[in-house]
Amino acid sequence: MSIKDKNTAAQSDILMNIKDISLSFGGLKALLNVNLHIKKGEILAIIGPNGAGKSSMLNVISGIYVPQKGTVEWKGKLRKKIAPHNIARMGIARTFQNIALFRGMTALENILTGRNILMKRNLFHEMFYIGKGRRQEEEHRKKVEEIIDYLEIQSIRKTPVARLPYGLQKRVELGRALALEPELLLLDEPMAGMNVEEKEDMCRFILDVNDQFGTTIVLIEHDMGVVMDISDRVAVLDYGIKIADGTPDKVRSEQKVIDAYLGVG
Amino acid sequence: MDWWFFFEVVVGGLLSGVMYSLVALGFVLIFKASGVFNFAQGAMVLFAALTFVRLLEMNIPMLAALGLTMIVMVILAIAIERIVLRPLVNQDLIILFMATIGLNYFIEGMAQLVWDSDVHVLNLGIDEYAGFEIGNAFINKFDVWAALIAGVLVLILSLFFRYTVIGRALRAVADDHQAALSVGIPLRTIWIYVWSTAGLVALVAGVVWGSKLGVQFAISTVALKAIPVLIIGGFTSVPGAILGGLIVGCGEKLAEVYVGPFVGGAIENWFPYMLAMVVLMIRPQGIFGEKIIERV
Repeated sequence: MSIKDKNTAAQSDILMNIKDISLSFGGLKALLNVNLHIKKGEILAIIGPNGAGKSSMLNVISGIYVPQKGTVEWKGKLRKKIAPHNIARMGIARTFQNIALFRGMTALENILTGRNILMKRNLFHEMFYIGKGRRQEEEHRKKVEEIIDYLEIQSIRKTPVARLPYGLQKRVELGRALALEPELLLLDEPMAGMNVEEKEDMCRFILDVNDQFGTTIVLIEHDMGVVMDISDRVAVLDYGIKIADGTPDKVRSEQKVIDAYLGVG
Repeated sequence: MDWWFFFEVVVGGLLSGVMYSLVALGFVLIFKASGVFNFAQGAMVLFAALTFVRLLEMNIPMLAALGLTMIVMVILAIAIERIVLRPLVNQDLIILFMATIGLNYFIEGMAQLVWDSDVHVLNLGIDEYAGFEIGNAFINKFDVWAALIAGVLVLILSLFFRYTVIGRALRAVADDHQAALSVGIPLRTIWIYVWSTAGLVALVAGVVWGSKLGVQFAISTVALKAIPVLIIGGFTSVPGAILGGLIVGCGEKLAEVYVGPFVGGAIENWFPYMLAMVVLMIRPQGIFGEKIIERV
């Protein structure tokens, strides 16, 4: 794993630039004057104790939350409020902390649904599996099968996801997000509730996706070992304030971070 | 035992069961896509049938009237999404259910206010008493037509749900709103699709029932017969609605003819509900319903 030198990052390498944002819910301040940029092609981990504002940050990045103060630039342009269903069209895909799969569908159908916005609609052709509808379906199926091979879930393609064990459900959810062919992939605690073996698999997939497709990845994770291993950069939040931002090694040795995790101050 | 008579009762029952299935289908569509039991489905059947029959009475050709009514049902769907569903986004399902009760009375009232509350004869050009014989059994021609129409409708809906992009989006929304949004499926558009489809199914049910019973207020109450159908077949299954309808239709006719005389008749009216109760005790999700799997 190479650690990219952040000093060489030119303006055009920045995918998202979050400037001086504050977000509060009623009286509760979730984020306070946070600056954060996301570089193209990096794996950025957002960490922090419980209630530090990590999920809020992820939702600001995805555009679900609009901060009361500050601006968000996406590829150099100011991003305005967007409808939730348009986030995917911008090239941002995500997984959820508590798995959000389409429980009535098979693994294959779940991943295929991830490609819905890339598909054209022709009811008649689709229903009878002819002409354009058939070609399109086959083309997208091919992509989906690639993802399935990639995530090593061939054997459960036709299994309804509700019946799958937790680790595999998480993998299907990742597959669905990948099906969108996103530029930015947001992972909300991708390893939560997994055993060591499942965690190792998931780490490998995250690194591979980043490496092979050049997908930029932002993740929230509690497992520090994992975070330090796979991230290019780590941002630490505490009580809604960013207290550190840098390479894993640098962040690990900062006194503020150690204090936050040990509950000092 | 007269087997030809038995055959005739069974076939008659199956065919009338198809009519129940038609109404049940509308419920299934909305339940599948939003988890809401749409109490107003019966009113939508009435509204569609009334609109259609009144357009016919204005001497509009049948196909044009059908097309116009479809447009009206789509407009109704858009209005429902805009006025009823959108303000209630993220509310509990029970609240949406209560809203559909209100919607039911509103549509019933509106249907009769805009059109009127008389009984209208709807003639599709099929003699409802004509029939043919298989062996010694008499089969009603109209019922066969109704069954054919229902069959085609079910086939189209099944293919639509299973294989189309929009069908998949509908199922996705039904399963998880948050996840559906995250892959770029717009909830509002999907709701309009669902309610439009339910409206079109209501139109078909309304036309078939209307031409059998006459278009009148009473056809909004056939929706009540759809409830045992749904419980037996499962709320989330299109084929379940069909099978449930067949079981209810066939069961109530057989019960009426063979058990009725011993208990003073009129079994037909309560038999389906009793059947539904038995199913509830043995298989609460219905025959084709999705089993609810909860992870502990």
